[in-house]
Amino acid sequence: MSDPDAFRGELRAWLEANCPPEMRQPVRDEDDVCWGGRNFKFKNPAQKAWLEACVAKGYTVPDWPVAYGGAGMTPAEAKIWREEMQRIGARPPLSSFGIWMLGPALLKFGTEEQKVHYLGQVARGEIRWCQGYSEPGSGSDLVSLQTFGEDKGDHWVVNGQKIWTSYADKADWIFCLVRTDKANKYQGISFLLFDMASPGVSTKPILLISGNSPFCETFFDNVSVPKEQLVGELNRGWDVAKYLLGHEREMISGAGGGDRMNTIGAILSRNSGVEDPLLRAELAMFDVDALAYGAMGEKFLDEVKVGKGHPAGSNMMKYAGTELNKRRHELVMAAGGSAALEWDSAASNGGGRARGWLRTKANSIEGGTSEVMLNVIAKRILDLPGA
Amino acid sequence: MPLYHNDDQAMLADSARGFMADEGAIAKQLRHFRDINCKDGFGHALWGQFAEMGFTGILVSEADGGLGMGHVEAGIVLEEIGRNLTPSPFLTSSVMAATALSAGGDELRGRYLPGLLDGSSVYAVAIDEGPKHRPERIKTTATSAGNGFKLSGTKAFVVQGASADMLVVAARTAGSDDDDAGITLFAVPRDASGLSLDSVRLVDSAMAAHVKLDNVQLDADAVIGEVDGGRAVLNKMLSAGRIGAAAESVGVGMGAFDMTTTYLKQRKQFGKLIGEFQSLQHRAAHLYSELEIARAAVIKAQQLLDGGSDKADLMVSVAKAKAGQAAGLAVKEGVQMHGGIGMTDEYDIGLYMKRDRALAEFMGDQYYHAQRVAELSGY
Repeated sequence: MSDPDAFRGELRAWLEANCPPEMRQPVRDEDDVCWGGRNFKFKNPAQKAWLEACVAKGYTVPDWPVAYGGAGMTPAEAKIWREEMQRIGARPPLSSFGIWMLGPALLKFGTEEQKVHYLGQVARGEIRWCQGYSEPGSGSDLVSLQTFGEDKGDHWVVNGQKIWTSYADKADWIFCLVRTDKANKYQGISFLLFDMASPGVSTKPILLISGNSPFCETFFDNVSVPKEQLVGELNRGWDVAKYLLGHEREMISGAGGGDRMNTIGAILSRNSGVEDPLLRAELAMFDVDALAYGAMGEKFLDEVKVGKGHPAGSNMMKYAGTELNKRRHELVMAAGGSAALEWDSAASNGGGRARGWLRTKANSIEGGTSEVMLNVIAKRILDLPGA
Repeated sequence: MPLYHNDDQAMLADSARGFMADEGAIAKQLRHFRDINCKDGFGHALWGQFAEMGFTGILVSEADGGLGMGHVEAGIVLEEIGRNLTPSPFLTSSVMAATALSAGGDELRGRYLPGLLDGSSVYAVAIDEGPKHRPERIKTTATSAGNGFKLSGTKAFVVQGASADMLVVAARTAGSDDDDAGITLFAVPRDASGLSLDSVRLVDSAMAAHVKLDNVQLDADAVIGEVDGGRAVLNKMLSAGRIGAAAESVGVGMGAFDMTTTYLKQRKQFGKLIGEFQSLQHRAAHLYSELEIARAAVIKAQQLLDGGSDKADLMVSVAKAKAGQAAGLAVKEGVQMHGGIGMTDEYDIGLYMKRDRALAEFMGDQYYHAQRVAELSGY
């Protein structure tokens, strides 16, 4: 970047001209999120126009190479992009597991052909991805997974079941961990990509304590997967999975910004009136932690972009970020009193606070429990014995 | 600006780390001066070495002969001071008094800065008037007398006050106790008539003075900045002291944490290294997260202060509160995980606990600063 100020000026002018006013409103619910994909219905013309404008410039994935649908921004440029987006409150043009999770894995482990093909589709919002990791018998002990791909020469035949597959019922393709060698626990798993429309794939949504959820059970009954849809080496899918988990944890940690880092004391005091001095004190202590964690998120991203920082750092971010978010929602409930208990009234926006509070309890379970995160920190960062 | 040190800052950190681990080590400084019952509680020879390293002038402008650097750089030195529990007047003299003096006129800066730069002088700050940090309320008065002022009142927690050549005193020249306006800062020479100090040893072996000002007569040229307009300079000095103390706290926490994880890898019980026990692993991993977050908050606040941001005040309080929490956890877990040996004077971990307690109080504890975060956030 020759001149940061000039670059910022260009982005600012482009955003001014291309980001529709509707897309500068805060995201209120799931409906406001643009996920892309074959079957995605745009909520309004502004959402579509905003996505198309960004796709044309590579701004859905600003720091990916131009050849794969990105804008080829340097880390410093991408930071300016984020700051300028934040400045006008612009919504992300596209949200996608393809961007957050599959993309980084393909950039590192994919063949050139795979990168051009799959990353391009992701960047343009054409294909919506889901992740096939957990199984009913393999939660924290993910590496014990049993879904099996039988070698049939030019393809595998996959049988088994995945669980907690977010948006499996809406996704077009899946990136999936499949056992391809039963004799070898860690080096017997392969990372496969396949079409959810393949014969033999079925999904069933899961109802949570918070109500409807994007989570599904996903079943594979003799699903045929061509060999060229393997990412990385055969039986070395665990390496890809671990790398990708780092990005998933980063995403769940909220390090990229969003409401995870916002303070709540002022807004809760304004909306609910906080009369209890001890609750006010808890809010103040929470705000201290939220602002400190916000600085940590900024520092973490700054360091990731230039390869500084510990490679296992995302585990710490995930641990701290999810625990903080659970605390946030406990305080939202406490400040809301009985009004926050309403489950399906119009006034409560369909039980928004109660459901949101319950949903956060999964934050420290999904993508690796807090206990697993602490294990990883103890082993990989602190180098404690036997960890 | 990215939230990590640039190349120059990383170089400074390297040299500060080496210097402090060697010259400022616990056995050489803290224990030595404690055990000889030194009336200063720190070594003047080391202070001279600080000057040779250029540390004393980090926050002094280049025009005044200093390095003209910022709070990020001062914080780098303070983190190493914290890690080694090095007793020195750096925080009060080179960070706080230097910040106040930068608002002073040419004559005042010419009188006090050279001694600071060459390490021959030590300065203290006299702000608190009770056992808790409450700089919003200042009762010490300064009334016009002759061509100057007469100061009367009492000050508490004046760290190294009895060793200082000059005290920066916040006094009221107008208004009532809780008024924001009407404050004036004075550079009070240690030998001014009517100034008396009762020096006491604190839990961390530092010396602090109860100061009594009994009609201390000062010339007008002792005023730092504007008469009645001292609150802005005072706030600037407080911010510098708070973020400096936060950086030192992070160093104390990191030092205690390093000692503790080392111990977890050496100590055996039940035929195992105690670091193999998951109950200790999880607590150590949690503590690591807290310290990293505190350090991020500190560098963010340092950068905002250096950049003159209007968000700096909020983030300084966040950093002071968070660093106090994290370092407090580090020393408490440190002593507990060391078991019995952690309670002995011979072992250093307890010294970290003592230093942390004093630093937590200095310039406002986590409760004061969380309260301030709420107020600055509008609730």
